[in-house]
Amino acid sequence: MIAVVDYSAGNLASVKKALDHLCMDVIVTRDPAVVARAEKIILPGVGHFSATAVLEQSGLRTAIQQKIEQGVPFLGVCVGMQWMFESSAEAPVTPGLGLFAGACGRFPDSIKSPHVGWNSLACDDRSRLLRGIPSDSFFYFTHSYSAPVVEATVARCEYGREFSAAVEQDNLFGVQFHPEKSGELGLKVLKNFCDL
Amino acid sequence: MLTKRIIACLDVTGGRVVKGVQFEQLRDAGDPAELALAHSQAGADEIVLLDISATHDKRATLADTVRRAAQQLFIPFTVGGGIRSLDDAIAVFEAGADKISINSAALANPSLIAHIAERYGSQAVIVAIDAKRINGEARFEAYASGGRNATGRDAVAWAREAEERGAGEILLTSMDRDGTGAGFDCDLTCACSDALRIPVIASGGGGDTQSFIDVFQRGKADAALAASIFHFGLHSVANLKQELRGAGIPVRWPC
Repeated sequence: MIAVVDYSAGNLASVKKALDHLCMDVIVTRDPAVVARAEKIILPGVGHFSATAVLEQSGLRTAIQQKIEQGVPFLGVCVGMQWMFESSAEAPVTPGLGLFAGACGRFPDSIKSPHVGWNSLACDDRSRLLRGIPSDSFFYFTHSYSAPVVEATVARCEYGREFSAAVEQDNLFGVQFHPEKSGELGLKVLKNFCDL
Repeated sequence: MLTKRIIACLDVTGGRVVKGVQFEQLRDAGDPAELALAHSQAGADEIVLLDISATHDKRATLADTVRRAAQQLFIPFTVGGGIRSLDDAIAVFEAGADKISINSAALANPSLIAHIAERYGSQAVIVAIDAKRINGEARFEAYASGGRNATGRDAVAWAREAEERGAGEILLTSMDRDGTGAGFDCDLTCACSDALRIPVIASGGGGDTQSFIDVFQRGKADAALAASIFHFGLHSVANLKQELRGAGIPVRWPC
């Protein structure tokens, strides 16, 4: 069973719909006990980084951390991926999980923000999450903050500056783009995660 | 590189897609779910569904129409038309929309923008503005109620206020050009794009490939929306994108 963690931050219907389309056994949940018996965990996210504070208060953060330590595959999407870093300038008082070093920052004032639309990736061949995705493929983004390029970065994207479009390390995966909104290639990324 | 988006719009009433000229003279163009899927497969970057129903009876089918269309779509899907309250927005999100578009309700009650953005994020809130030239000059007035009522408000100033209140994008329709295929009003989109930090979607007047090239280059639009040219076979989205790519406009192609 795949647990899609609901922390009252926006609309999870499209993530659920994409996983249903792939015929996955999915539960959208805000119950740490359900997370505790999941075989895979997806943390979606739209909206504000401060919404992740709910994870702390509800016991979901602890449940997720325990599962990650057990080696359960974890996928953070958009703000869900940013939460895997130490912090974000969007909500400096709200700590991230700190799985990856660095802080998420705002796009420079010189360009339009949010970064909305389809942008291309420069992918790393080693990635299991992006298996079968050619470099220069397009994915749908919508965000005002982004994660730095780090050692775990497996796809980079350029908008005003270079940022992490996907990160991957052992059982940890994150994507800044929205795979559930990125057409056939996005569904392939979700399927790659589900098939791990 | 961030690409310019081509958005296919479905104007819907009573569960059917229709299209008019300058907001009137409606023609039937097909089933919303079928057309949404066809445009997505042809390479549309997003789908917008606008409910233009004049009566409550016809609007009652909206949630069902949205649900059917959303079922097969895995690209961004926006729904607008007749959303007057947070509850209306919630119903549309729950039926499968990723973004909502509000127009007259935002003019009447600007705090609605922030109310929806607080719950779903700014990226989910598009403020649609119907704008018309004043005396044919490059000054623009915002209209409410499907273009029926002049508001006396400057369209660009209203767009800036919408941005400040939490809109994630502006969908800017030229009433002068709507349905004519005579080209987008590049003065309008350029004025708005220069004044804002959020993306501007140009609408109204899309016709030949050159009209799209113009609105991206001269009009500085981030995305362009069209309806009738796609439904009635004047253009397929795929052909348009190939031609734009050939002209050096960055687009998502192949899809």
